Amino acid sequence: MKPIQSKEEYQTYVDQKTPNSPILKNCFNAFWVGGLICAIGQIIFEICKTRGIDETNSYTIVSMILVFCSAFLTGLNIFNKIGKFAGAGSLIPITGFANSIVSPAMEYKSEGYVMGVGAKMFTVAGPVLVYGISSSIIIGIIYIIFNTQSLILV
Amino acid sequence: MIFIKKVGNQSYILSKPVNIAATASIVGPKEKEGPLHQFFDQCLEDEFWGEKSWEAAESKIVKETVNMAISKSGISSSEIDFCLAGDLLNQCIASSFGLRETNIPFIGLFGACSTFVESMIVGSCFIDGDFANNVVCSASSHFCSAEKQFRFPLELGNQRPPSSQWTVTGAGSTILTKLGTGPFITTFTPGKIVDMGIKDANNMGAAMAGAAEDTLISHFKDTGRSPNYYDAIFTGDLGHIGKDILIDLASSKGYNIKSNYNDCGVLMFDKTKQDTHSGGSGCGCIASVFSGYVYKMLQEKKYKKVLMIATGALMNSTSSQQGESIPGIAHAISVEV
Repeated sequence: MKPIQSKEEYQTYVDQKTPNSPILKNCFNAFWVGGLICAIGQIIFEICKTRGIDETNSYTIVSMILVFCSAFLTGLNIFNKIGKFAGAGSLIPITGFANSIVSPAMEYKSEGYVMGVGAKMFTVAGPVLVYGISSSIIIGIIYIIFNTQSLILV
Repeated sequence: MIFIKKVGNQSYILSKPVNIAATASIVGPKEKEGPLHQFFDQCLEDEFWGEKSWEAAESKIVKETVNMAISKSGISSSEIDFCLAGDLLNQCIASSFGLRETNIPFIGLFGACSTFVESMIVGSCFIDGDFANNVVCSASSHFCSAEKQFRFPLELGNQRPPSSQWTVTGAGSTILTKLGTGPFITTFTPGKIVDMGIKDANNMGAAMAGAAEDTLISHFKDTGRSPNYYDAIFTGDLGHIGKDILIDLASSKGYNIKSNYNDCGVLMFDKTKQDTHSGGSGCGCIASVFSGYVYKMLQEKKYKKVLMIATGALMNSTSSQQGESIPGIAHAISVEV
């Protein structure tokens, strides 16, 4: 190998030396685990409906059960293993959101309930909330503008 | 003024080689499953070790390792003149909290993961300069407290990239003395800060390899030695990727270290069985591998001349969030029988 002269050259060399994440394997695992979680949600939904619960309430029950399971498995030191295996598969559904709130809450319990659990609970989920809510507001405004215009056009 | 101990640009030959009287090492449960487990003095069953927090557990590891090294050396703690220690936690609380009851003058050090060799360099200077007869040096790290400070909560279900490393839970302590029968610290080369422009905090090996190369080659040039002079050369925590890079970088400058070089982070874990990706890291990595494995090899005369290069990444979570590159450092000492 020739001696490396610049930082750019070193970066290129390092990129070439560093193994990439196994993307295909990760995608496959994310696909089937994510699909499985959604299928479980659908099963819960169908059961609720056959028991005579209306659609809106059934959706709420699905979220509640999945969030509870995710939080419970996080507490049992199981969810991180699922997450490591499935990546986005368990991260994207509501299960990932529950995990991202419960895990810092557990981690920072040693700093007390106010400055620890209370203050640090949203360190991972915080950005998702801020940008999720902000973008839904922007989309809402766009919707109102176009919707009223279409009304005027009609 | 003539610096009689300095050779070349940045290396020093001690006029009276400093004796390493005893070492002690305590490691965590993951390290217990690793290939070096039989060399450590104690392996813990869990990360808390009966404490309420990981930080308190790390302090306890430091305290017990230092006490163990002192009792092994047979020197009473009142005869120890300095305690030099450091770790990765903010303001080095693992060391200062762990050693607050030792009653030995304490000097806290920070060199990121290079702290262990840094403490031995400073300790050797105290002894060779007649400021001290006996010095205890220590460094520690803890996987859980390091993840909490630098990365994500442990229970978060995320994936680690293949270049990431696993912080070693453990500590190593050594007792340096003026008199004794060896192994001896004979030469040291403190490193310069070297920034290779790497910004990926998940690729510490690549960020630190440049500093390791700089110190390694400076050491050879200054002392006139070649890689063959040493039975073994160890870096601290470059991991699998950093180790390969250092071999390449050194060979590009004309130094072939392939046959006698290894990395403590590579030795600490079994990559295939333990899922540690690029290997171990942290202050405790080289500290426990030296105090456990390398020291015993020196005592048994399996190695007679060893070069230890501790590597550190001088960054924190704020600097990497602000998009700064990661400066590396590497300090080297030669230990000979």
